[in-house]
Amino acid sequence: MATFIFRRLLQSVFILLIVTFISFVMMTMAPGNAMSTFIDPRIPPSELAKAEASLGLDQPAYVQYVRWLGAVVNGNLGYSIKTGEGVLELIANRLIPTVSLMAVAFTLMLVLALLIGIVSAARPYSPVDYLATFLAFAGISIPSFFFALTLIYVFAVQLGWLPTSGLESYQQDFEGWALVANRMRHLVLPVTVLTFTGVAELVRHVRSAVSESLQQDYIRTAKSKGLKDIHVLTLHALRNSWLPIITLLGVALPRFFSGSVIVEVIFAWPGMGRLLVESVFARDYPVAMGINLFAAILVLLGSLLADSLYALADPRIRYL
Amino acid sequence: MTSISLSSTPLKQPIKRRVWRNFMSHKLAVISGGVLILLMLTAIFAPVLAPYDPYDLAMTEDGLLEFEAPPSPVFLLGTDAIGRDVLSRLIFGGRISLTIGLVSASIAIVLGSLLGVLAGYFGGLADALLSRFADAVSTFPALFLILTVSSFVRPSIFNVMAVIGLLSWMPTFRLMRAEVLRLSHVDFIEGAHALGAGNIRIMLQHLMPNAIAPIIVQATLGVAEAILTESALSFLGLGVQQPIASWGNMLADARNFTVLQSQPWLWVPPGAAIFITVLAINFMGDGLRDALNPRQGS
Repeated sequence: MATFIFRRLLQSVFILLIVTFISFVMMTMAPGNAMSTFIDPRIPPSELAKAEASLGLDQPAYVQYVRWLGAVVNGNLGYSIKTGEGVLELIANRLIPTVSLMAVAFTLMLVLALLIGIVSAARPYSPVDYLATFLAFAGISIPSFFFALTLIYVFAVQLGWLPTSGLESYQQDFEGWALVANRMRHLVLPVTVLTFTGVAELVRHVRSAVSESLQQDYIRTAKSKGLKDIHVLTLHALRNSWLPIITLLGVALPRFFSGSVIVEVIFAWPGMGRLLVESVFARDYPVAMGINLFAAILVLLGSLLADSLYALADPRIRYL
Repeated sequence: MTSISLSSTPLKQPIKRRVWRNFMSHKLAVISGGVLILLMLTAIFAPVLAPYDPYDLAMTEDGLLEFEAPPSPVFLLGTDAIGRDVLSRLIFGGRISLTIGLVSASIAIVLGSLLGVLAGYFGGLADALLSRFADAVSTFPALFLILTVSSFVRPSIFNVMAVIGLLSWMPTFRLMRAEVLRLSHVDFIEGAHALGAGNIRIMLQHLMPNAIAPIIVQATLGVAEAILTESALSFLGLGVQQPIASWGNMLADARNFTVLQSQPWLWVPPGAAIFITVLAINFMGDGLRDALNPRQGS
């Protein structure tokens, strides 16, 4: 198992290297460069060439790549063209809203997917199963922004139950539990959108993993020993269905990030996804690429974690 | 070549018939197929079907102009803030959205299939590099990358198709690679080698056609995914630009709170159109998956 994780780690480092390479190539593809945005147009070209040399912009591309990579390793993702702030600080400011949104949605998604998936697998072709299947299809087919707008229209505009946007209500000063409650109310709609669009695929996988386990011999043995259904389902079938589910969770992370862009824009949620859209519109490429690289690294860590859990959950795993 | 095509002919018909029968027994898939045919016909005959010019003020025969008008017998789905007929824009928007979905999914399928065949067939270093490259590209959250690259180029229908297509080939690549690895030791491929067939011939004539079933399913889902991506991009304002209508940019109006609150006819129809289209494609893909699965006997 240790070898498996170690080799997986090596592979991840290699992928990470390609990721940084793609990021660098995209940075050079972006229109304009650091010089054209910072520098006063009245400065003579000879002075510009000197400045370029001092910044290393006259070096061959691979030298620039190595220098840039060195900076990235030291935690320097560059600076915003618009404000001059460090990209990493900008991201750090937006990280907590995104992480809290995603953590709540992720937990909810996991619980719901397990519940619905297990019930569907245990009672195939029952009304619950059909409903779950239909909802799963709806979840992968509905555009998240349309779903979000519909929820706002129904629950915020028409019924007035929930706030439409933001982290909390700034008009009133809430403290203590009232503030917590207020923030929770703001979480409801964005979390619903993120969960519903993410849970669909997971439900189908949980269902097929569990129903596959249910056809195994040891399940028949467990049943014939007279164990209760719920016991067989949770302790026997589910335990052996964990592997595909864990892998899928690793895959779900990039989708979650993609989903968070739309959700954060619509609900005015001050997170990373919204920062990305803002910087893309401001043509602030260092920030946009920094967010891409940062998210890719998080995704890579997530899938590494998922695979390590996979190896822990199944002692038979060796590196293939 | 002739001997191979001769030996495969007697088998082909029953398989096709079985696939067709399996597909037809999947009721939802058949209904979805019908819905999709209707949608495509609507898109093709948009100029005939649309009651007004989608890009200009909609004026009735007695010279009536209306702005932000709710649905009425004259304007079935109402008009928008600059007096354009929403139904006409919806019909023409379908043209754009469906075209972008089909074209960008095709780009992704062709690119992914070619790279997948190369990786699976040659193996070794080529496989390792291509596979890790695919891993690396799919490590970036798809929408992040698509949004960023879209901002590098001038927003146009062509660029939207290219960006989505060029950044969505990875699932097809993995599928094709796995299929080729599975097939490469099958007798008929070794037979083709023995007969002296070249690499390109084996890849294009023997490997790719035999991996077609999972690729067809992937292609269907790819179209659904591409339509969703285009609509998200256009909704955010980085995809198809005004005055051209796409289902996604029609919904962008609803980012204005007044529109969201009091003019639902502007944003509900395009949203529902995307939802129904993508749902139908996904149902059809599911039916195709069942129908094409060789392990599922009829």
